[in-house]
Amino acid sequence: MTEIIWYGRGGQGAFTAAKLLGAAYALKGNAYYALAFPSFGPERRGAPIRAFTKLNIKPILDRSETEKTDYIVILDETLYSDSLKNLLKPGGKVVVNTKKKSDDNIYSFDGNSISEELHLPMFNTVMLGAISALSGIVTADDLHRAIELYMPEKIQEKNKQAVDNALKGVCR
Amino acid sequence: MAKKFLSGDEAFAEGVRLARPQVISAYPITPQTIVVERLSEMVENGSLKSEFIHVESEHSALSCAIGASAVGARAFTATSSQGLLYMAECLLYASGGRFPIVMMNANRSTALPWNIYGDQRDSISQLDSDWIQAYAENAQEGLDFALMSYYIAEHREVSTPFMVNLDGFVLTHTYETVDIPTQELADEYLPPYETDNRLDIENPKNLAFSAGPEHNYIFKYKEHRALLRAKKIIAEAEKHFAEIFGRKYTGLLETYQTEDAEYILITLGSIAGLCREIADFLRAKGKKIGVVRLRYLRPFPTEELVSAVKNAKAVGVLEKDISFGNEGTVFTNVNSALFQAGIGIPSYNFIGGLGGKNISHKDIEKIFDLIEKGAEHINFIEI
Repeated sequence: MTEIIWYGRGGQGAFTAAKLLGAAYALKGNAYYALAFPSFGPERRGAPIRAFTKLNIKPILDRSETEKTDYIVILDETLYSDSLKNLLKPGGKVVVNTKKKSDDNIYSFDGNSISEELHLPMFNTVMLGAISALSGIVTADDLHRAIELYMPEKIQEKNKQAVDNALKGVCR
Repeated sequence: MAKKFLSGDEAFAEGVRLARPQVISAYPITPQTIVVERLSEMVENGSLKSEFIHVESEHSALSCAIGASAVGARAFTATSSQGLLYMAECLLYASGGRFPIVMMNANRSTALPWNIYGDQRDSISQLDSDWIQAYAENAQEGLDFALMSYYIAEHREVSTPFMVNLDGFVLTHTYETVDIPTQELADEYLPPYETDNRLDIENPKNLAFSAGPEHNYIFKYKEHRALLRAKKIIAEAEKHFAEIFGRKYTGLLETYQTEDAEYILITLGSIAGLCREIADFLRAKGKKIGVVRLRYLRPFPTEELVSAVKNAKAVGVLEKDISFGNEGTVFTNVNSALFQAGIGIPSYNFIGGLGGKNISHKDIEKIFDLIEKGAEHINFIEI
């Protein structure tokens, strides 16, 4: 099973990204199973939140919160702390939306610049593209289909572009 | 059929849409809110032709559904936690009046301390209200229950309201792939509601009347008999469901590796999956263990449970509920079934997940270990 924990603030779309990744993976076919859920409880704008995506090629029976994860995606760099590394499985990676330099198992990705180029107020789908490229779990096509099915029509094009630019950004 | 990536609440709303209720009356409460929102959107955009009645409270939501059912309409409502408790008076009017209303309850803890997270103390506190009570494990089962519940509740031999329970957040707010049947197949499965138990100007009769000591007990006896007859109709509803939709269910309970199991954990709701996963993990280490998931608490699966655990050396019951000053209510029900069947094996009660506390791998492993080695009568797993 591949597990991803998302860190963001209420309103940044971390759960939407978690959900789109799950949907994109499940769209690959009948033997692809996904769960996506937010950290449970009240929702407040600006408050730190977590979201979870679990992906597997067999039905996922374990609905508990992920304790050890393959990837951590941080939408808002102020939420980063070194102790997050303790949540990683061996070989796990942290992906942070930041202009700072990468090191060891921390992969820095400047998502904000991509969003700014596209005049996109959000950077959740940029980070979705980044984690997808880095992990190879889903392709650009999978993500495009998920966006077409689960995002409002008027914001689909920009978000597909955001995913594509992030994918290119990681491969560069 | 169309596959969609939906939350448990959204999947349930799709199931309700397919069941074509003529009246929906509901009051929003976390974590049920999304069901009500989706249904009101469906009524607004015309994909569901139904009278959506905005009410000022849960008491009114169920009263309204009772009124609708009393004129022969198919009625739906949904609630959770304090909302269910506020409805408590009306639950008995619905069942005593034999109105086959379907309600989704998002299992959530009850105050105080105020808490919006999932446990099962809300619905379990209402076990004696003469409603059928089912518990889903995943979003697909939730959607399928939405259809099957009407089939069972409205059956002439049952005519009893039906409460479908989905664990708050763990099911209601978790997204997964769900098969949504076509309206054509749903219509084939579930014909329109027809009943003689309704107000009809052409054929006037008295409904929802009072009955003194001379007759009252007969009504209660009949309610009890109807709920027992529901066992047969549940089997029929699932057989018919499998024929039309191709998905099979296992009746009042679901067993996993119980045939040769020495130690069996009995539980309900969404935690059952993790229990089965841990059972696999421990079986690989040579432990002979199994899991029983109770899909229904009313009618209670007495015979099926006895048959599943009769050869075990000990059993445990894991539930998100406690009857203060006694023990978990599911445990009481399980013990009664075992005692009546003359099964004298040790049984232990594990109380967990209260107020939404996450139940982890390690917790379940420890429970299996305690069932084997012996535990206290009642064990709060996090304490």
